[in-house]
Amino acid sequence: MQNNLLGVLKEHENKLLAIWSQILLESGSGDGAMEEEESKEFASLFLNALAKSDDNDTHEFEKVQDLIVGISSSRGKRGFSPRENAQYLISFKEACSKILSELITDPATLYDANLKLNAILDDMTIMTFEAFMRGREDIISRQVDEISEISTPVITVWEGIVALPIIGTLDSSRTQVVMESLLQQIVDTGSSIAILDISGVPAVDSLVAQHLIKTVSATRLMGAECIISGIRPEIAQTVVHLGIDLSGITTKASLASALQTAFDMLQLAVVKRKKIVE
Amino acid sequence: MTTITNNKEESLIVREQDVVPLRNRVKEYGVKIGMSILNQTKLITATSELVRNLLKYGGGGKVIIESVSKGRENGVRVTFIDKGPGIADIELAMKDGYSTGKSLGLGLPGTKRLVNEFDIKSELGNGTTVTITKWKNG
Repeated sequence: MQNNLLGVLKEHENKLLAIWSQILLESGSGDGAMEEEESKEFASLFLNALAKSDDNDTHEFEKVQDLIVGISSSRGKRGFSPRENAQYLISFKEACSKILSELITDPATLYDANLKLNAILDDMTIMTFEAFMRGREDIISRQVDEISEISTPVITVWEGIVALPIIGTLDSSRTQVVMESLLQQIVDTGSSIAILDISGVPAVDSLVAQHLIKTVSATRLMGAECIISGIRPEIAQTVVHLGIDLSGITTKASLASALQTAFDMLQLAVVKRKKIVE
Repeated sequence: MTTITNNKEESLIVREQDVVPLRNRVKEYGVKIGMSILNQTKLITATSELVRNLLKYGGGGKVIIESVSKGRENGVRVTFIDKGPGIADIELAMKDGYSTGKSLGLGLPGTKRLVNEFDIKSELGNGTTVTITKWKNG
């Protein structure tokens, strides 16, 4: 049986490729030259592995599996949907079955051959899904890293004044990042005033407030003063109803007024330049 | 007067990442009935408090968001159901500044002040259910 299944397919490699690409074309999940190359490589490697392997030896298929994982992740990057990706291997199976049924006349042998073919190719189809998912997950985790990196920019607004606009929700891990970069920046720039702007924080609940209080305390321990700005009217009312006591913290409605306060603290004044009258 | 449910949806909360999408859903419900920004903020802050409790003490659970109406008044009702250890002394838990965790202890009492209707049921070993309702003009 073994020789039947494998020998037969190997001899008809070209025909197999033709049928395969035909099916792919009909199902609309092909994309031309690049794919032809991949398909050729896959088919020959797969058929060789089939020819060499026996029932107990899966070693030969490892190379094929590596290849199909590579192909499916590259297809994923080229914008194929997972469905189309799986369709790729399923079409291959269809092509193989077609040739087998032409060549093998005995129903029992044909059934056995198909069963074995199914087992091998189904396993690989599942692998393509996994590879596809992994590719997507890589993208997501890279984006998460990027977001957390760009989400805490500490800006030096004046000599001795740093500002940190917070956008989005302040959860425990975010607070950690915010606090670290703020404290580090205070050291690096030798600033004595830090402005924390929460205009971009949609809601301040007790956890967020607690995180803010902690950040302010840590800043004070470093010898710097912390001003929280960007408190919107609805946030102010909500905080009061919640019963959070922020009276120990200097808070301002806008970044501009926080900056003004910071200037006052540093005894700086911004004055309008007088027009020189000739 | 009876309260009628117009629209209802359920979501499972198991991770901290589920908090923000849930809050946004609640906000959408508020926007749909024309709630003011202030009441929206109160509602989502209350939701945020309770969903954090659900995760921290209840180990995750189910949240039901409903659009309700009573007579001419429209509102949003949110129910938080967990199967956690339950609260031993509700009266104590509702006190300002009391916390078994290391938080400010304002979650439950503060939430009650933010919404119009607040109901808490808890059974030791069987979990806790909190229902809040915020009326559009409440």
